[in-house]
Amino acid sequence: MEQTNSDLKPNDARTDDWTARLHRATRATREDWLGRGISYLCIGVIILVVASMLWFITSKGIATFTQNHVNLWKFISGTNWSPNQGQIGALPMIVGSFAVTFAAAIVATPFAVGTAIFMTEIAPNKGRKFLQPVIELLVGIPSVVYGFIGLAVVVPFMRHLVGGSGFGIISATFVLFVMVLPTITTMTVDSLRAVPRFYKEASLALGATRWQTVSRVILRAATPGILTAIIFGMARAFGEALAVQMVIGNAAIMPKNLISPAATLTSQLTTGIGDTIDGTLPSNALWSLALILLLMSLFFNALVRLIAKRGQLSHER
Amino acid sequence: MNAKQKDFLATITINVIVAAVVGILFFLLAYILISGLPHVSWSFLTGTTDSFSGAGGIGVQLFNSFYLLVLTMLISIPISLGAGIYLAEYAKDNWRTHLIRSAIEVLSSLPSVVVGLFGFLLFVVKFKIGFSVISGAIALTFFNLPLLTRNIEESLSAVPRNQREAGLSLGMSKWKTEIGIILPVALPGIVTGVVLSAGRVFGEAAALIYTAGQSAPVTNFADWNPMDAASPLNPLRPAETLAVHIWKVNTEGLANNAAQLSAAASAVLIIAVLLFNLGARVLGNYLYRRVTASK
Amino acid sequence: MLKEYSFEKTAIQTFADNVPLALRTEDMQVFYGSNHAMHDASLSFPKNQITALIGASGSGKSTYLRSLNRMNDGIATVTGKIWYHDVDINEPDVNIYEIRRHIGMVFQRPNPFSKSIRENIIYALRAEGIKDKQVLAERVERSLRGAALWDEVKDNLDKSALALSGGQQQRLCIARSIAMEPDVLLLDEPCSALDPISTVKVEETLAELRKKYTIIIVTHNMQQAARISSQCAFFHLGHVMEYTPTATMFSNPQIPVTQDYISGSFG
Repeated sequence: MEQTNSDLKPNDARTDDWTARLHRATRATREDWLGRGISYLCIGVIILVVASMLWFITSKGIATFTQNHVNLWKFISGTNWSPNQGQIGALPMIVGSFAVTFAAAIVATPFAVGTAIFMTEIAPNKGRKFLQPVIELLVGIPSVVYGFIGLAVVVPFMRHLVGGSGFGIISATFVLFVMVLPTITTMTVDSLRAVPRFYKEASLALGATRWQTVSRVILRAATPGILTAIIFGMARAFGEALAVQMVIGNAAIMPKNLISPAATLTSQLTTGIGDTIDGTLPSNALWSLALILLLMSLFFNALVRLIAKRGQLSHER
Repeated sequence: MNAKQKDFLATITINVIVAAVVGILFFLLAYILISGLPHVSWSFLTGTTDSFSGAGGIGVQLFNSFYLLVLTMLISIPISLGAGIYLAEYAKDNWRTHLIRSAIEVLSSLPSVVVGLFGFLLFVVKFKIGFSVISGAIALTFFNLPLLTRNIEESLSAVPRNQREAGLSLGMSKWKTEIGIILPVALPGIVTGVVLSAGRVFGEAAALIYTAGQSAPVTNFADWNPMDAASPLNPLRPAETLAVHIWKVNTEGLANNAAQLSAAASAVLIIAVLLFNLGARVLGNYLYRRVTASK
Repeated sequence: MLKEYSFEKTAIQTFADNVPLALRTEDMQVFYGSNHAMHDASLSFPKNQITALIGASGSGKSTYLRSLNRMNDGIATVTGKIWYHDVDINEPDVNIYEIRRHIGMVFQRPNPFSKSIRENIIYALRAEGIKDKQVLAERVERSLRGAALWDEVKDNLDKSALALSGGQQQRLCIARSIAMEPDVLLLDEPCSALDPISTVKVEETLAELRKKYTIIIVTHNMQQAARISSQCAFFHLGHVMEYTPTATMFSNPQIPVTQDYISGSFG
């Protein structure tokens, strides 16, 4: 116990020059430079990836208009997609993408919200123990498996039901409905759980029934969260490629009804990109479709932020 | 209809909805397992595919899936660890950090087909590497980075502040504190996230069809020199994965038993993904007990 | 209703030139953003004595303490001078890790690492490059004895530190700090999360540690300050109002605000 303080200090010769001692770099300072370097480098890599992704796809996507001098309006509103003949009207794919996205969201939302209400308000215990894993399993199933089941079950079923090939918007909608269901459900559950308990207690104490409480108090309070959930689901549906491509029939024509082959932006990209030569109009036209996908994904992102901001504001009020 | 009746009706409706959702999941699982499992055999799991018809076993594809998964994780774990530490420890609350977070969010919300196309553009078109294991692994990394980074950041930030203070007050550097003190405590959450993301990566196909390619050349499983063209480890060979194989067989396959083949392959894929999910839970819980153990 | 006290009237003692000082602050100001949390704190801390910082919560005593070894870096802006061995350690180019090696800190809530008892003590030592097993074992024993924990844990050094009781955990944190062999030990309400028996143990430990270290302790417990400290600084709303020998402060406070606080009319 009689040793002095500095006996065992490893890295200082017993200098009395405290100015030097407290200013010089030590192992810890060097470690921190290293750590800073490593972590800045890693975040830099991610930023570089995002930036180059945006840059490359944008520059490729606008080449159709800048190099091939295709009229932007004609591209958006044209209904004839035959790039090899120089006709690139993208409207069929745009309509296809939006149709399956909205249809899937419209079908999935009642199911998702109903399930979420069950999990939070009606049977929280069963919800946690049983439904939670069910939902997580649904999230985990790869999209090609959804596509395969769509092809093996939904398409033949539609064929029997309404005739025709069975491929088309309605089959795609059905597959996407199952795919976005867990996304919307999970996020709706989160937003229902975030509603303060006393809202519910106050309503029940006033003699409201459970459904009145849920529909008038809880769902209303959770609306921004549910909207966000639906937008996330729509973003997933809009960007889904293979499952849709497997069941929609891949005909780049304006869909006349819900049961004839159609195409979406993603299905056209997956089918086409491998067969084109880089730099040609058919290739550039496909990149323009990719650019629309990218812009839509940014748009969904912005929408979610907007709702989050609005929600915050209304809470502060 | 009075309030009581409405309440009753609503409850019934919701119960029906829940039954439908549960029914859908069970139908999906049952369909795949019942129609697929009978065709899963040892020779199916290890056999090779007829390159013209797409018929035959899935040995090479299965290997490719795991090989790509391992490579993807080897690249993406260190990067997202560094990025996660940056966000949890070094990032200040300013516009630059907001921009970085937005960029990561954008990357995570991009459709995987867009990520795959970017990989195609970069590796196949620009760098002329061609359809290859390495192109596929990097494309999957792009797709994996944002989720993993966020998971790691959240796990690190969830460790109580006072652990950081303890390390710093002893004169340890921020980096050493983060790596030596915080990371071990955050490990259960990180491992769970990593294994879950592995399941996602394993089932991903859209990002791969134009990067890792859609062909699985027969490889010589006796040759483990990554430099040899026929070696399974050669990073420059094209590598169709199991998920891509299912897509390929269904859309372009000429095999007359395509439905059976893809049911069997789907069953294998689903079981693998389920094992990843289960593994994530078990491993996470086990590590959590070890970290907080009072033994 | 809290009375308004003048911040002009203070009673701050200084020390004669022959009293060796461990640490001294000169006009220290602390800002959290635009919130001016500490005004003109100029205090001297004599070597090998226990100084207590008292005051109501929010009075700035913890803020002051945490600024002394630069734990407020990145959290608050600290201006003014902090003299340690005639070096102003509040300058930006000072090696903060080295400072914290010399000026250790123990926190309000026990915060042992989620590692074994032994690892808790040697982790930071190894990080400094001490590898010799014997040296490390010696340090473990010496610091655990110093914190009066050795007899309770010597047979279970590989047990998880989280399995210890709160009081034991806090003494482990003290042991972990003194294993670095600092000059000064800063303690931020170290007993506020502990039961009375553990508190007594920690206080006994501190009385013993005083022989080797300079101790500055924040406490909201006036009895504790009276029991263990040689001098006492009273903080009020971000100002140091009175700094006198402990006996003086509790028997004959110099200014009205201290009198009211000691007699329990607020805080």
